[in-house]
Amino acid sequence: MKDGILYTISIYSENNVGLLNRISAIFLKRHINIESFSTSLSEIKNVFRYVIVVNTTEEKVKKIVSQIEKQVDVIKAFYHTDKETIFQESALYKVKSSSLFEQRHIQNVIKNSNANIVTVSPEYFVIEKTGFRHETEQLYKDLEPYGLLQFVRSGRISVTKSKMGISDILNTFKGNNYKKKKNE
Amino acid sequence: MNKLKNNNRKLSKSKETLISGAEAVILSLLSEDVDLLYGYPGGAIMPVYDELFKYREKLNHILVRHEQGATHAAQGYARSSGRVGVVIATSGPGATNLVTGITDAQIDSTPLVCITGQVASHLLGSDAFQETDIIGISTPVTKWNYQITKASEIPSIIAKAFYIAKSGRPGPVLIDITKDAQFEKFKFSYKKCDGIRSYEPRPKVNDEIIKKASEIIDKAKKPLIVFGQGVILGKAEKEFKNFVEKSGIPAVWTILGLSALPTSHPLNLGMVGMHGNYAPNVLTNQCDVLLAIGMRFDDRVTGDLKTYAKQAKILHFEIDPSEINKNVKVDIGILGDCKESLSKLTSLINKKEYSKWIKEFKRLDNIEFDKVIKQDLNPTKKGLTMGETISNVNKYTKGDAIIVTDVGQHQMAACRYSQFIKSKSNITSGGLGTMGFALPAAIGAKMGAPKREVIAIIGDGGYQMTIQELGTIFQNKLPVKILVLNNDFLGMVRQWQQLFFNKRYAETEMVNPDFVTIARGYHIKANRVEERKDLDGAIKEMVLSKEPYFLEVCVEKEDNVFPMIPSGESVSNIRLE
Ligand SMILES: Cc1ncc(C[n+]2csc(CCOP(=O)(O)OP(=O)(O)O)c2C)c(N)n1
Repeated sequence: MKDGILYTISIYSENNVGLLNRISAIFLKRHINIESFSTSLSEIKNVFRYVIVVNTTEEKVKKIVSQIEKQVDVIKAFYHTDKETIFQESALYKVKSSSLFEQRHIQNVIKNSNANIVTVSPEYFVIEKTGFRHETEQLYKDLEPYGLLQFVRSGRISVTKSKMGISDILNTFKGNNYKKKKNE
Repeated sequence: MNKLKNNNRKLSKSKETLISGAEAVILSLLSEDVDLLYGYPGGAIMPVYDELFKYREKLNHILVRHEQGATHAAQGYARSSGRVGVVIATSGPGATNLVTGITDAQIDSTPLVCITGQVASHLLGSDAFQETDIIGISTPVTKWNYQITKASEIPSIIAKAFYIAKSGRPGPVLIDITKDAQFEKFKFSYKKCDGIRSYEPRPKVNDEIIKKASEIIDKAKKPLIVFGQGVILGKAEKEFKNFVEKSGIPAVWTILGLSALPTSHPLNLGMVGMHGNYAPNVLTNQCDVLLAIGMRFDDRVTGDLKTYAKQAKILHFEIDPSEINKNVKVDIGILGDCKESLSKLTSLINKKEYSKWIKEFKRLDNIEFDKVIKQDLNPTKKGLTMGETISNVNKYTKGDAIIVTDVGQHQMAACRYSQFIKSKSNITSGGLGTMGFALPAAIGAKMGAPKREVIAIIGDGGYQMTIQELGTIFQNKLPVKILVLNNDFLGMVRQWQQLFFNKRYAETEMVNPDFVTIARGYHIKANRVEERKDLDGAIKEMVLSKEPYFLEVCVEKEDNVFPMIPSGESVSNIRLE
């Protein structure tokens, strides 16, 4: 996408089987590639949160978000630019243990990158690094000469600088329903 | 005292009674006041069919001849009655056969609840006999869907399904029920759904926006209303008519808006879109305010978006927030139920008339009449036209019938020339353009409005896509009238081949069977007309018949439908020949 930028789409939803499919279908139908995708619990009990990153234009992301929000099980969806969010990715690097002992230089690499060693065994050790994309990529480059046995990076996770107000939405619903019942 | 005790015990005992999931399906449907459903049995749904047999006095099941027919029949029912259409089918091929109709219902906002059987839950994912992932398949074409694996979920999920299907912008919902959940026993109780926390079907109308809209309308010099099915779905025909009459604004319709305002209304000035009328299309690009009411700016309506109504301020009345600014950037989005927004707006605006602006419509109408309509309705050539056939139908229905159309040239002719005095009278496949829609949809339309005359107008191509539903008409003695306009071609495609592919008629000519004999094989009265002298009498006999009736009219083979906006061109470039 030539004139696109990265947008982070945040979705608050019910935790229903099949909703993931429904959301990804919205991207598929418009032939839009997803850059990264992650899902977890949110700050509200029984409410799920999706974080999806796409490279597109504001006009398109707006339409995608309103299609997502239209889904019955979606409580609310937003889109934000990088400036409006605080975001990170996590990466795991699995390296041969021999390099840790034989090539001392690697210890400096780890220290300088603010990475953590998660586990060490006689055969391999695993490093974890959380940060921006360019930071996990830099560490990748730095570790590559020592022989990476495995590498994996998570999707972006992000929180917004502004308030989301999901509890307010849910509370209004409760209020409405309560009123309705009282009137009946 | 003793008696009372006994009674109490009886009651509480009946409360404790366990029923099967299958019976719960039936009781749930009855709780939603369903008395009719369309379907086809098979292995994975047999427990529910067994209960249908028990409850057959209360719940009328219509056995179609193909599951696609069940979906279209349910659509026809929903659209003529304003209620939810219900469909039931088995797993695997039964379920996949529903997909076309569900997709059609989704794009045309028709409320359906479709229930499919599924293999037992322990077999899910094992490629068991007739297992198919109908939830996955139907996800992009349903408003909501859900797979039930426990009987206890049945009442609440069915309640939710009906609520979702009919509220807000209506649409199809699919519920897939595993066979073990149909057998499982549980304690049944039913509560209708009255809200879902993640779903806001009726956004509140904003009074300030209504005020702003009224100011724009009061200042307008050449305003135009384009109305769609939203007026019908919102049951806002009266509010809409009041608004049109007080505002004095000429109103034109999309194909699905047809019949929301009587065709003879002095301010009803015709159809927009690819084969719409000349004046509404041309003047779309000259109006100063365009009021889009319950329509979604489909590309068949707008043509090239870059040149669509650029000069106009656009006000969009819409219940679905995702439609506002989707295709056309609007100046004001009036979110909410148009029944509410229109009545509020009517009370704010001034009463006005636009006689000079309306004269411009009449001037262009005359051009269209001379170039197109005259030859369609009063042809001087030998061959019969679709237009004259439709105008003969009008003569005997007096605009009081429900006209169900299929897809193609006959559909455009029927929509251009049919007269309507009542709402919910034009039933057609608009957004998806599904050939094969009309015959089964007419079955449903008749059952949804039994007192009304229902005439299906179908091309020889589309008729053969669902022709087997003659069996359903015959078995249920449904007095549906079937009018096939036979040009021995896939006419609409042939027209495009003639105009845009240099007359290379690739695979559009059809050698047709003897349709009259086929209809008679189903014991349906049938007739064929080949000459003009017989047309009037044959149509009269068809319309006045109290029984199902089939009429084939052999029309000119290579007639074209005009006016026409070539695909992707501006509405101003509408061609008259
Ligand atoms: C299921 C389906 N397949 C293909 C098409 C493409 N198509 C649109 S109109 C048309 C021709 C219809 O021919 P017929 O039913 O004879 O009606 P006519 O146009 O001649 O009135 C075709 C093939 C379609 N709309 N639906």
